[in-house]
Amino acid sequence: MTSPDPGSRRLHLALEADGHGAHPAAAPAPGTEPGPGGIAPALRRAVAAAEAGGFTLVTFGDGPLPPRGGGWRPEAGTRAAFVATLTDRIGLAPTLHTTVTEPFHLATQLASLDHASNGRAAWVVGAANDADAHATIGSRPLDAGALHRETTDVVDAARALWDSWEDDAVVKDVPTGRFLDWHKVHHVDFEGARFTVKGPLITPRPPQGQVVVLAPDTLRLADRADIALVTGPDTAAVASAAAAARAAGAPLVLAEVEVLLDAGRPAAERLARLDDTAPWEPAGRLRHIGSAAGLVALLRELAGHVDGVRLHPAELHTDLPLLTGQVLPALAADGLHRPPRPGATLRETLGLPRPANRFARAATPTP
Amino acid sequence: MPEAAHGTATPDHDPTAQVHLGVFFTGVGPQLIWTQPDSPSHTAIETFVDVARLLERGLFDAFFLGEGLRVRENRGRIFDLDIAGRPDAITQLSALAGATSRIGLVATQNTTYNFPADLARRLASLDLLSGGRAGWNVVTTDNAWTGANFRHGGWLPHERRYERATAFVEAAKALWAAGAGGTGEVVRDTDLVRLRASATVPPSPQGRPVIFQAGDSDGGRELAAAHADVVFSANTDYEKALAYATDLRSRLARYGRPADAVRILPGAMVVVGDTAEDAEDKARWLREEQVSPPRAIAFLEQYWGTDLSAWDPDGPLPDIEPSEAELDPSRGTIPIEERTGKLAQIRKWRELAAERDLSIVQLVREVSARRPPFVGTAAQIADEWTRYVRTRAADGFNIVPHLLPSSLTDIVDKVVPELQERGAYRTAYEGTTLREHLALPPL
Repeated sequence: MTSPDPGSRRLHLALEADGHGAHPAAAPAPGTEPGPGGIAPALRRAVAAAEAGGFTLVTFGDGPLPPRGGGWRPEAGTRAAFVATLTDRIGLAPTLHTTVTEPFHLATQLASLDHASNGRAAWVVGAANDADAHATIGSRPLDAGALHRETTDVVDAARALWDSWEDDAVVKDVPTGRFLDWHKVHHVDFEGARFTVKGPLITPRPPQGQVVVLAPDTLRLADRADIALVTGPDTAAVASAAAAARAAGAPLVLAEVEVLLDAGRPAAERLARLDDTAPWEPAGRLRHIGSAAGLVALLRELAGHVDGVRLHPAELHTDLPLLTGQVLPALAADGLHRPPRPGATLRETLGLPRPANRFARAATPTP
Repeated sequence: MPEAAHGTATPDHDPTAQVHLGVFFTGVGPQLIWTQPDSPSHTAIETFVDVARLLERGLFDAFFLGEGLRVRENRGRIFDLDIAGRPDAITQLSALAGATSRIGLVATQNTTYNFPADLARRLASLDLLSGGRAGWNVVTTDNAWTGANFRHGGWLPHERRYERATAFVEAAKALWAAGAGGTGEVVRDTDLVRLRASATVPPSPQGRPVIFQAGDSDGGRELAAAHADVVFSANTDYEKALAYATDLRSRLARYGRPADAVRILPGAMVVVGDTAEDAEDKARWLREEQVSPPRAIAFLEQYWGTDLSAWDPDGPLPDIEPSEAELDPSRGTIPIEERTGKLAQIRKWRELAAERDLSIVQLVREVSARRPPFVGTAAQIADEWTRYVRTRAADGFNIVPHLLPSSLTDIVDKVVPELQERGAYRTAYEGTTLREHLALPPL
């Protein structure tokens, strides 16, 4: 794996766009909420704004249970697919949980998202492990060891399945009548601790070869992920978590940053009002409450330690326009951020290589 | 076309009946011809968007994706003669929801190898985001061969597959109702369905996804009568279609459901020609393409259980004895009743081939390739379809395309205007949801 060039100091910018924002009291913009009929338009608007504003990718938090603060949450993979045909450059990263899904369906779903978006799919690995989440599929929580094994197994199974069709498996050879070359479509015979998968995937290889995998560093998947999401309450903690993730093999590292910006009135005041409804408990992440300029300064500082950030706006409808209107332009002016090019795959945008296919390597050993 | 030309009066004659059309896009298998120079990519999203928009232009009710959870094989190798590899149906239809505004979007999804709350949630999500255009084609599988891709492979005995499907559909409906009614947990704890879950998605404008069911067995018909909004039967022949419709309606009555609670849309391949002769020529060409010489050999290999590549497709049937092993299901969804008794089957084919002096490829075309049920000019097909719906033998058809896009542009640009002339097809969408397109009674 290539280590990032610290001299380039370029930041990839991800936006977490679940619901109305990261703050548990995040409310819809006045006059925009919806009823159920407003969920799809709000999703379209948020992703369109993120793309137009230059974000590298948008992530969709999820879980099998209704949101804790109430309200609704359509399944993240479905949300990501819905915006795939409405966008042409932003990466789309649903959270899918290894514990409460079928690994085969999960891999199919993500490969299909990659086809539907022409190579812009990513996966935020989730590992919901509470009793209520497990109860949705009639299972029970796993102990820490089993949970880690299960999560690595699902990631490994998905990666094997994404390689199960070689890139040139479809031959469409009219004289012989062969649509595909069966030598290039493989059983994966994956054996995990708690499941096996025969393969191949029902979906041909994703356009990116491998869907981009993002994993929170708490899941200890840095050796399997393309991007480690690191958490720390201050810059020093983030820097050390980033160094650890790189040492563990993560090709790229993104820091988690929660933001609530000055918007007409001071950010602290808006925070106090929201906290009156429901307090925003710290999740151990960097949190910026203040001006857009202050956030730009923080991100400049982080650029020395990480390859990008994932921003968690407290209230999407208020903070997202400030991010796209003030923060991203300032970073672009500094040369710290470059919006994706229309038609680019997410791997191209991130500077990640398109991985070779493990089965192709096995079949034709390189000299 | 004069109104009097079609349909004879029957007790069920309904002169206002409308033809409902969907497309069943299998995505894989022998139906779709891939050998033409203009055959589009089978995986590109653009192919699917083009088809969905074409159908929207033709005012179709639904676009319907097939699904199979294991890539088909022949004697342990991936079967290489047909189109293979397709997207996850719900993901693809969600992408199409963003690119279309009216067409219904129906996903085939298996009740054996899904978790009920998880699948119900993804379907409800598609339904919500599409503005009430989702449907679910409920299918079952019992075979362990498919199950090898899943956590609990081969766990379900064949005779219990509809029991599981029924419990699964009931749990899904309960979760959707919980979404409509606010919160509330749905709990199931049996050996077939175990879950405790709440709705995370509110109801769409149509209330819940429309349920399609295709099983033709007794268990399938009972599931349809109890739960389906649309049946996707295999009965296209007029007499069979009428018998099926009559049978289904009598079952509906037993579940206390009105006769119009279910739309009957048989799946059908359609060949449209400029003249009747032109249509017959196209149908003949289609059969020859769909049963090419290599496919004829592969078909027999499935029954013989051995390599027959040395046999000449234009020569006589293999004179070697087939393996003792029964037919394996790895070529796809072979009905259970056809998985046994293959030796008797082979004996019958030998007799038929001897009697009519048929080569391998001729025999296989004879026994495996069903003639498309509707072959003719646009006017002839419109007459036929109008007769079916006015005599209540069917409510319309799910068209299985064989050439993209021409087999569908033929319907949209030629057959639909003929139907409209006969007053048997809408001239504009009247509603926005799939349920409204199907003219189903409100929930």
